[in-house]
Amino acid sequence: MSAAQTKERRARLEVAPKPGEAGKGTCKCQGKLADDRYGILDEIIAKHKDTPGSLIPVLHEAQQLFGCLPEDVQSRIAKGLGLPESEVYGVATFYSLFSLRPKGKWTVNVCLGTACYVRGAAACLEALKKELGVDIGGTSRDGLFTLQAVRCLGACALAPVVMIGETVFARVKPEDIPRILADYAATHSSEVAAS
Amino acid sequence: MNVALPQRKPETQPAPARPVAPPGEAAPAKVVRLTIDGRTVEAHEGETVLDAARRAGRDVPTLCYHPAVGRIGSCRVCVVEIEGARNLPASCVTPVADGMVVRTNTPAVREARRTVVELLLAAHPHDCLKCERNGRCELQDLAMRLGIRTARFHREKEHRERDASSPALVREPDKCVLCGRCVKVCNEVQAVGVLGFAYRGTRSCVTPMFEHGLAESKCVSCGQCAKVCPVGAISEKEEWERVLDAIADPDLHVVVQVAPAVRAAIGEEFGIPAGTAVTGKLATALHRLGFDAVFDTQFGADLTIMEEGHELLERIKSRGKLPLITSCSPGWVRFCETFFPDFLGNLSSCKSPQQMMGAVIKTYYAKKAGVAPERIFSVSVMPCTAKKYEAARPEVNASGVRDVDVALTTRELARMIKAAGIDLAGLPDGEFDPPLGISTGAGTIFGATGGVMEAALRTVSEIAAKKPSGKAGAGKLEFAEVRGLEGIREATLDLGGQEVRIAVASGLGNAARLLQRIRDGKASYHFVEIMACPGGCVEGGGQPRSCDPEIAAKRAAALYAEDRRMKARKSHENLAVRRLYEEFLGKPGSEVAHRLLHTTYQSVEEVASAAGVRKEAM
Ligand code: SF4
Ligand code: SF4
Ligand code: FES
Repeated sequence: MSAAQTKERRARLEVAPKPGEAGKGTCKCQGKLADDRYGILDEIIAKHKDTPGSLIPVLHEAQQLFGCLPEDVQSRIAKGLGLPESEVYGVATFYSLFSLRPKGKWTVNVCLGTACYVRGAAACLEALKKELGVDIGGTSRDGLFTLQAVRCLGACALAPVVMIGETVFARVKPEDIPRILADYAATHSSEVAAS
Repeated sequence: MNVALPQRKPETQPAPARPVAPPGEAAPAKVVRLTIDGRTVEAHEGETVLDAARRAGRDVPTLCYHPAVGRIGSCRVCVVEIEGARNLPASCVTPVADGMVVRTNTPAVREARRTVVELLLAAHPHDCLKCERNGRCELQDLAMRLGIRTARFHREKEHRERDASSPALVREPDKCVLCGRCVKVCNEVQAVGVLGFAYRGTRSCVTPMFEHGLAESKCVSCGQCAKVCPVGAISEKEEWERVLDAIADPDLHVVVQVAPAVRAAIGEEFGIPAGTAVTGKLATALHRLGFDAVFDTQFGADLTIMEEGHELLERIKSRGKLPLITSCSPGWVRFCETFFPDFLGNLSSCKSPQQMMGAVIKTYYAKKAGVAPERIFSVSVMPCTAKKYEAARPEVNASGVRDVDVALTTRELARMIKAAGIDLAGLPDGEFDPPLGISTGAGTIFGATGGVMEAALRTVSEIAAKKPSGKAGAGKLEFAEVRGLEGIREATLDLGGQEVRIAVASGLGNAARLLQRIRDGKASYHFVEIMACPGGCVEGGGQPRSCDPEIAAKRAAALYAEDRRMKARKSHENLAVRRLYEEFLGKPGSEVAHRLLHTTYQSVEEVASAAGVRKEAM
């Protein structure tokens, strides 16, 4: 298959998820689907195979293809490039550019900077963990929210601060969390995933 | 004062990690002169400052460097001052140069080393009292040696769960000092590639892919990582307390077998110089620990030779699948099942000596001793961690119950002996119990790389030459061509007019290289011996830990010396083995022998897909 054809096939696959698709909790990169992205992955590997130092470009293209780097994709890359899995995993975790797990539609950033912390950010974080059913770095089962902690958002006057997507929520109380999340999802549901 | 070069030895240094050197490559390296702490020292070009300093009697401290692993250069404990260098270079990765002026013990050097170790300690759990390595830990030794008395730093490190999923090993990532030894061993020496560095900064860790447990990874349980880890971050799964419980249980008949390599190394744990075989003391210690019968895995080794020798001659005669490859080493068997499944048909169907012993103990011996197999608690002491995995494989239960109940490492037995208050060094010599404690020198040398091959050749050459067996000295005894520590050795021998090509590989990286050559049609053999650990069982993952670069050679020498002392040195001259055939098994390769002493293999992918099918059907 020519490079142009590969590109075209890939373009076809990169359409945004249909509404509701992400909501099923079966993110497109779960890796168990019988799709032909694996065929494309094999072509990517074959293209780079003989160039030394090709691991990073291959991981990068694979992430564009799958949205993240799940285990079976990394194993396939290791096998294809003749590298130990440990090395592939090492590189995939070293660079923050790569993501092992599917990212949700929106990122929830909880500020854990000093000002927010003393004004109760930890309790907000706990409430978010509980409400989303995930730990820091995890994505809620409905595929909507990925929870992240940040050091300081620079909005100390509004502490404690939670940021969802581009929206800042000020002086958040733990009991507000369920409502904030529900409102956000309702008002932004027509948005297309950022990545 | 001048430190001249000793005679250069043929490449035996971290040989296992290296590909086989083509003959003739050992061109003499150029000699350079440098000054270390005021003395003129000669060194070969390509050597490191550390090598030269240590030879000159300057024991520069190290942490990540280990002779069996090679240079890593990650910890910076070994820094020295070199005139003209901008900062303090790490001596373990700095090559010598002519005219170099090195100082190994200046205030700046001491301060730098101390800071490095203090930073390591700051992120290390203060669990020493409960740690398996307490008292024999390289980090403790360094702290001691550098005189660290205060904790100036405090460092955060992300907590990671202890992993006890493997039947052989336990990892405690919180104790890891990120030296990289295990990563290098697992990837380069063993070519398995399970362990690697992941993440960075305070999240840095050593882990299998996706932080899986070792049991879910492609780990073959060789334990080489556990053997080189300087701290308590990787160890065998300890089971010796279970053995103590069994001994204390009056309803159980507790039987123990000891592998050959154990006697060549366990003395080190009791201050006996490396390279001393302590066979007699070991037998006494086991009796004193309260085992009901003390047997020798060397009996199982002799039995293996009878069966495997038979298998080899059969395969050559009937043009069966060749080369025949030995299957004594469970780490190697697992490696073959995982990475080279196309060679499974080449593996000898013989069980390993441990498992042959296990099967014979719970059948033949049970009958002879009049004890029901269910009442026998069968313990093995092995130089190996993969033996724990092997004993737990589902197919090894010839008597209907698990053949070997617990497989201990050499290190665990040493702990058990110490806990019982027995000083091995002071014990009188004792004997193993008949009938399964009787063995020959052929069984002894199983513990060194090339030993299984040599033991097989002693027997096979005699059968092939149709010499009357039984008469000592009827056939050739010593096969120097298969001895030594090079990672891969090969030879062509004449067996009764038939030309036989053989190869010996130790260390899985070397095994992989050898198999690849066979795959590519670049080499062909009749018989191949493969051991998972570089140097063979003497350097097994369950052996006492050592930073002595000569350790494998010393332990192997102890076994070869023991072999020379033995009255019988060929497996078929083992009278107890002969009786076993007369009374119970019939002939080598008989139907009974097949049922008890042989086994089958399955590629890891086959097992996985079979499990998948079962799951889907459910
Ligand atoms: S036991 Fe062997 S294969 Fe397993 S992680 Fe350790 S070195 Fe690697
Ligand atoms: S587990 Fe042990 S050998 Fe491996 S990097 Fe950590 S301290 Fe070093
Ligand atoms: S021993 Fe030299 S850097 Fe670790």
